[in-house]
Amino acid sequence: MKDSQHPKLNTDDTLVLKLYVSGMSPNSMEAIENIKKLCDDRLKNGFELEIIDLYKNPEAAKEHQIIFSPSLIKISPLPKKILIGTFHDAEKVITVLGLSIKE
Amino acid sequence: MKSNTNKSLAKTRTGIDGLDEVTEGGFPEGRPTLICGSAGCGKTLLAMQFLVKGITEDNEHGVFMSFEEGVKDLTQNVQSLGFDLEKLITQKKLRIDHVRIERSEIEETGEYDLEGIFVRLNHAIDSIGAKRVVLDTIESLFGGLDNSTILRSELRRLFQWLKDKGVTTIITGERGENSLTRQGLEEYVSDCVILLDFRVIDQIATRRLRIVKYRGSTHGTNEYPFLIDESGISVLPITSLKLEHHTSNEIVSTGLPTLDNLFARGGFFKGSSTLITGSAGTAKTTLSTYFALSSCKRNERVLYFSFEESPEQLIRNMQSVDIKIEQYVKSKLLYIHASRPSLQGLEMHLLLLHKLIKEYNPLTVIVDPISSLVTVGSGSEVRAMLVRLMDMLKVKGISALFTSLTPSDQFESSITETTISSLADTWIKLSNKEHNKGRVRNLVVVKSRGMGHSSDVSDFIITDEGIKILSSLSV
Repeated sequence: MKDSQHPKLNTDDTLVLKLYVSGMSPNSMEAIENIKKLCDDRLKNGFELEIIDLYKNPEAAKEHQIIFSPSLIKISPLPKKILIGTFHDAEKVITVLGLSIKE
Repeated sequence: MKSNTNKSLAKTRTGIDGLDEVTEGGFPEGRPTLICGSAGCGKTLLAMQFLVKGITEDNEHGVFMSFEEGVKDLTQNVQSLGFDLEKLITQKKLRIDHVRIERSEIEETGEYDLEGIFVRLNHAIDSIGAKRVVLDTIESLFGGLDNSTILRSELRRLFQWLKDKGVTTIITGERGENSLTRQGLEEYVSDCVILLDFRVIDQIATRRLRIVKYRGSTHGTNEYPFLIDESGISVLPITSLKLEHHTSNEIVSTGLPTLDNLFARGGFFKGSSTLITGSAGTAKTTLSTYFALSSCKRNERVLYFSFEESPEQLIRNMQSVDIKIEQYVKSKLLYIHASRPSLQGLEMHLLLLHKLIKEYNPLTVIVDPISSLVTVGSGSEVRAMLVRLMDMLKVKGISALFTSLTPSDQFESSITETTISSLADTWIKLSNKEHNKGRVRNLVVVKSRGMGHSSDVSDFIITDEGIKILSSLSV
């Protein structure tokens, strides 16, 4: 089953995601790849994705209460959600982020 | 050849009264120590005291990573102990990182690690050059996360990382049902494990501490009582009962010249212990105050533990027999500490005695009456406690005087008489006799180690001007 067969998801402009990774670790690389793919393939509209390297921004880890790596935080729209792991399960990511199909 | 001391395990002083003695120097330097115990047993406080003392006494900066309480709560909780965390934080000597884990917000998909914690810890440690770290209570991370296998291997990695980093770490853990900690942290922290315990026996709460394991070091194996009071935690080490204290040849007066005369050298040896026994109303307290007064007159500090009378009451009552101690109380040469025996457990009393003696540094200590303590402990416990107390006093060269109430019934010998008379160097026995329509008090020196003494039974009366020892009756 190819990703392109999925209907693209409509998102409003407010989708803001932050992905915290730890350098070039295998988990981090995989997470970045999975999230990028998901965003490109599945999201129709604009969204904001920021990738932050914890090693380069240690203060950010404390500020945003990062415990696990990789961590994907949905800043908006509310409610705030945190996903941890490599995000290999795209459907779960979509569900947790609360993205819905809008025609 | 290098000296042996280089081979022994390096230790970090905990700065907690008594704990350094029990652990023979402190926690293993650059290694993790696990402190476990049930809720409310003082884990967080002990850990915080370790950090604060490290900063104030050894100039070792510290990082406190809290998985439970926030910075505000932590700061408030230890404020009453005189720990000013805010100040230490602004001075960049202490960093507190509160790790909040909001279970409802977190979803897991695939592999992850604890790198967020590593980064935060590393940054905190490096930013202030910390030597000491506390993780309180890291087990909270397990709360609800599905994949505990990842967490376990990550914790193992974290503890190893802390070791490599060379920081002395305290990890706290909640007591589990069948294991020391709920998540079996003791498997990962193998260097030093300390168990805190809080129990109530006979309605009296006692806190105890035990070193479960200390790799590469000898340590005390007993349970040690500890106290949490306005200056934090203090542990009572049970002093080794060695008889190697320094003995003095100096003599101190009993405070009553006629009583001095009954002793060949004119008083008690300095640093010796004296026991005064007698039934109710035989002037035990009066004789004790004479002794206190004689010490005050020599300008030597006296610590008076009163288990029956309040300081005011004691001052007033002694005034009636012309013993004036009020001025010495005011000039702080005499400190009267009054408390009810049943207020605390026996060990707590002993711990308090230890603490006060340490703080006040007296040359004379009076415990009036020691028999009151029997009400809060069993005979063997009281004896063990008294041995410890006397041992401590002897080591410090403090002259001690204990009074003990004996039952008026002569057929029943009191506990203290049999248990502690052998420990005392001098034993004075008081008694009441009904005689010719009146009561006659008399006194006899039963023993006095190291000097001759009168073996006569001397009558004495109590007048407005104090105790008068009458002619000795050699019957």
